[in-house]
Amino acid sequence: MNPYLPPLAGGLLIGLSAAMLLLLNGRIAGISGLVAGLGRPGSARWLADAAFVLGLILGPPAFALLAGHWPEMRIAAGLPALALAGLLVGFGTRLGSGCTSGHGVCGLARLSLRSIAAVLVFLATGMLTVAALRVLA
Amino acid sequence: MSAALHSLAALAAGLIFGLGLALSGMLDPARVRGFLDVAGAWDPSLVFVLGGAVTVSRLGYLLSRRLRGPVLDSRFDLPARHRIDAPLILGAALFGIGWGVSGFCPGPAVAALSTAAAPVLVFVVAMLVGMALHGLLPAAPMERSRSIGTAGGSGNRRARGSAST
Repeated sequence: MNPYLPPLAGGLLIGLSAAMLLLLNGRIAGISGLVAGLGRPGSARWLADAAFVLGLILGPPAFALLAGHWPEMRIAAGLPALALAGLLVGFGTRLGSGCTSGHGVCGLARLSLRSIAAVLVFLATGMLTVAALRVLA
Repeated sequence: MSAALHSLAALAAGLIFGLGLALSGMLDPARVRGFLDVAGAWDPSLVFVLGGAVTVSRLGYLLSRRLRGPVLDSRFDLPARHRIDAPLILGAALFGIGWGVSGFCPGPAVAALSTAAAPVLVFVVAMLVGMALHGLLPAAPMERSRSIGTAGGSGNRRARGSAST
């Protein structure tokens, strides 16, 4: 099988999810925003946002059920690096109003200039970071 | 409105998102970092993930512009801000660094909680702490939620809300 077929098919599903959430609930499928919103219970959308996050967590087990194996997950970074990275990702996505899903999947689809800028910036710093770590290693 | 239907739709959308992530290879930080590793053995598969996702998402967005409102709600809650400002750039830059170090962005990390792997738990807890730290900043401008009626020209009920993407 073509190695790029699963990534493409997975991407189509992700896009379908974003389209569903917009057309049915009027919501942007931005994971960092949805997750951060869970810290503010009582908002009108809390239940639906929590349901989305629950569905997201159930996704990999559902995949395992269908495919007969869990998706591959190779984590090279150590725990301190992961903790630092998590802090940066959490703080950065809130400050920057979104992540790969909100700015990438949804924002690019709306041709939002803010999202295009954000995607270019996080791709650039992500690539520079990996390159810098490669030099240091 | 009907909270049950809303939640059911959101649950289904979340499940499809998580399935898509698992199928696409995005749950594998090594693969994600391979995509970011343009100076090394570059793995282009994420181009296909993002390409496929943005294409279908774009179709959904174009369809939404022809609708008066979403099926289960009264209005589309879309980001209202258009200015490219310092918080956007700084935030995206910090996120990119964390993404490069770990290979995780929020969607795959949350989806991977189902594996109950310790590194994932550490990353997600730290991510939540990072989000909470941002919440402590004075006058975080993106928290203000407003929904004023028509925008976007053709009589669509498009809210100018604060939907954080």
